[in-house]
Amino acid sequence: MIGAAFRGRLGSFDLDTAFEVPGQGITALFGPSGCGKTTVLRAIAGLMRLPEGRLVVNGETWQEGRRFVPPHRRAIGYVFQEASLFPHLSVESNLRFGLRRSRGAARIGWDEVVDLLGIGPLFDRPTAMLSGGERQRVAIGRALLSQPQLLLMDEPLSALDRFSKDEILPYLERLHASLSIPVIYVSHDIAEVERLADTLVLMGGGRVRAAGPIAAMLADPALPLIRMPQPAAVIDGAVVSTDPVYGLSEVEVPGGRLVVPGDLGPRGMRRRLRIPASDVSLGRHAPLDTTILNALPARIQGAEPEPGHQVTVRLALGADGQGAALLARVSRKSWDRLNLREGELVVARLKAVALADPAPPLSTRVTPAARTATS
Amino acid sequence: MTFRRAILRGSAAALLVSFAFAAPSRAAPTLVAVAANFTEAANEIAAAFTAATGHTVTYSFGPTGQLYTQITQNAPFEVFLAADQARPEKAEAEGLAVPGSRFTYAVGQLVLWSADAELIDGSEAALKTGGFTHVAIATPETAPYGAAAVEVMRALGIHEALASKIVQGKSISQTHQFVATGNAELGFVALSQVVADDAGSRWMIPQDLYTPIRQDAVLLKTGAENEAATAYVDFLKGPEARAIIEKYGYAPGE
Amino acid sequence: MAEGPLLDAAMVETIILTLKLAGVTTVVLLLVGTPLAWWLSRAGGLWKEVVATIVALPIVLPPTVLGFYLLIAMGPNSPLTALLGRKLSFTFEGLVVGSVIYSMPFVVNPIRNAFEAMGPRPMEVAATLRAAPLDAFFTVALPLALPGIFTGAILGFAHTVGEFGVILMIGGGIPGETKVLSVTIFDYVETLQWGKAHILAGGMLAMSFVVILAMMLVERRLNRARQ
Repeated sequence: MIGAAFRGRLGSFDLDTAFEVPGQGITALFGPSGCGKTTVLRAIAGLMRLPEGRLVVNGETWQEGRRFVPPHRRAIGYVFQEASLFPHLSVESNLRFGLRRSRGAARIGWDEVVDLLGIGPLFDRPTAMLSGGERQRVAIGRALLSQPQLLLMDEPLSALDRFSKDEILPYLERLHASLSIPVIYVSHDIAEVERLADTLVLMGGGRVRAAGPIAAMLADPALPLIRMPQPAAVIDGAVVSTDPVYGLSEVEVPGGRLVVPGDLGPRGMRRRLRIPASDVSLGRHAPLDTTILNALPARIQGAEPEPGHQVTVRLALGADGQGAALLARVSRKSWDRLNLREGELVVARLKAVALADPAPPLSTRVTPAARTATS
Repeated sequence: MTFRRAILRGSAAALLVSFAFAAPSRAAPTLVAVAANFTEAANEIAAAFTAATGHTVTYSFGPTGQLYTQITQNAPFEVFLAADQARPEKAEAEGLAVPGSRFTYAVGQLVLWSADAELIDGSEAALKTGGFTHVAIATPETAPYGAAAVEVMRALGIHEALASKIVQGKSISQTHQFVATGNAELGFVALSQVVADDAGSRWMIPQDLYTPIRQDAVLLKTGAENEAATAYVDFLKGPEARAIIEKYGYAPGE
Repeated sequence: MAEGPLLDAAMVETIILTLKLAGVTTVVLLLVGTPLAWWLSRAGGLWKEVVATIVALPIVLPPTVLGFYLLIAMGPNSPLTALLGRKLSFTFEGLVVGSVIYSMPFVVNPIRNAFEAMGPRPMEVAATLRAAPLDAFFTVALPLALPGIFTGAILGFAHTVGEFGVILMIGGGIPGETKVLSVTIFDYVETLQWGKAHILAGGMLAMSFVVILAMMLVERRLNRARQ
């Protein structure tokens, strides 16, 4: 468990944040630019000392009252917006910098990190000759090799172009799948958050607006996320089977099974699915003749009217309404014509289900976590 | 300034001008180049000179070598008071000075001096017993007082013994600084530097131990036609100026 | 200039003494100036400005003013002399002290600029990688500031070789102890030994040119290697 509470004045800006997040998985600090996300991250790292603060990470108190553990004594890894590699050191020396100084047994192995991030071929190149994406991968590897108990990432993709972002995201997902250390990830890009985060801390104006599991937060009617132009639900599931003939995979999610295009990997592998609200339509009965593969029973949890004659309907998969949260954006006319109500059982037709990660599974190498899942 | 005060000032100036015209001969200014060591004596001489003749004199002070260089570059000096004999001789030889106008206006007196009132007992004893770490002299190759100091030590037969204790000042004024600040316990300085100074202790070095340090003056060709310049040269040779020169620690010239 | 060897014993002695003074001064300046430059680049507030001003003073003060105060500070009644138990004036050590003060801004400023150009990020990165402040200073800040340290060392060395006024005031021109190149050249010029003056002055000119050119070239290489 990570418990953080910081209060202080920064220039013209009042910061007053308190949140608790699980001591595992990826927690996204999400909010508009200038809302204090980075400040909170720096305070967690100890790079900045806010006068009033309390920080407990997995049972260790790093800040409380007059106690303040300096950054170099905190078992953190920190990935900055810019890779900030040491220009006077080679790629390999950069990677070894934190490793050499880490205390205790190396839980995160050299080969593991080098393979995970694909940085082996970069060792001989001067840091100045690396691309933006390569630099950031080395920076992530350097942070991991310092054997952190908590990895902090400050918008690690925001300084990169689209191409480099797409290059790095799969590595981050692999990281997530294969390493057990908790990550706090600052971002103002909802697409990144949807792909990576397990837990979301929503920030605004120096305050924490809400915190909780990502799926629940995205569908929470009290939060602004549901009113974004392109709301979506994310659902985590496990691969049940693959059908090479049709190029489809079946994924078990809470409250049903979904058919997803592509080979999603071996049985039991955890994958995250993203379902945009605009790709979900509702009906009272199961469709008879349709090209749609996914039609699942779901129970209506509520409906939020939108400007522009649309309604965002909140659903829970399964006839009992206990399954994963789903969003459907339908026209007000359809909503009224079908005369749907809260609590009613409907059939949700999913026009498209995509992996939150659009890249093909990394079949070149089975990650340790995947290996565990298959055995 | 108020209008009334401006008028008062104007009339005061007019008054001065009329006095100047009332002087016996036609009053004129002259510009004289003076070796820096002679500054104080020269200023007092200037006052006496103006009182006696009505002429005014303006000085340009500096190291002798530098003044000489300026003279060769057509500086508007009319009289040259050097700290040595060489430069006036050279000026004469190179046709910058009026032939035969060179004379010794002052003779520098060498004194062994210490800021410590106990160190020197009015004789060379302190030099011989050697109870000090440094004795300061001016650079003998370039400063006449330094050359004289070496002559004195040679004459006393202690130059070799003292060699390791000698520190050199670039000029006689720097040498004085070394001794005055106590960095050198004692040193050979010019009497003119310490004549008004009652502190410390000293030994007046007998003139027979070193070649006289003659300071020569010369009338430059630029001043040959200026009555004020020739009058200044004459005044410098006269009894009134000689008394002032002696007061400042020099022996008068011939 | 045709007669005799190019350099006589006295000239060689003065050259060796000058190089020794500049070398010792440069080493002392790096040891003292680097931490000082670090502090100046990181500290805030009025104190920093006051200290930075004191360090910069020798740039604007005439050397004779500095030399005069040093002469007094090294005199028999000064606290410095009482502290050391002996006078520093007219000694090699005294010249080192004077040269260190006189050349300080030429060493401290380039190093300080290099530390400032680095920004806070590298030290933050080092801290998040478990490097304690002193460790990070030696393994990150110093290597990154190397071009500035190099420039500072060269400037400090060259400036000390060319130093005249301060040495004149506190040196006393003792051969082999305090009579350095610039003073010797001055003497040769004063005594009209222009031949010898030419050899030493020309040599100094050539050395300064070579040193500064080498500095520019090495700096360019270092910078190119970085980017």
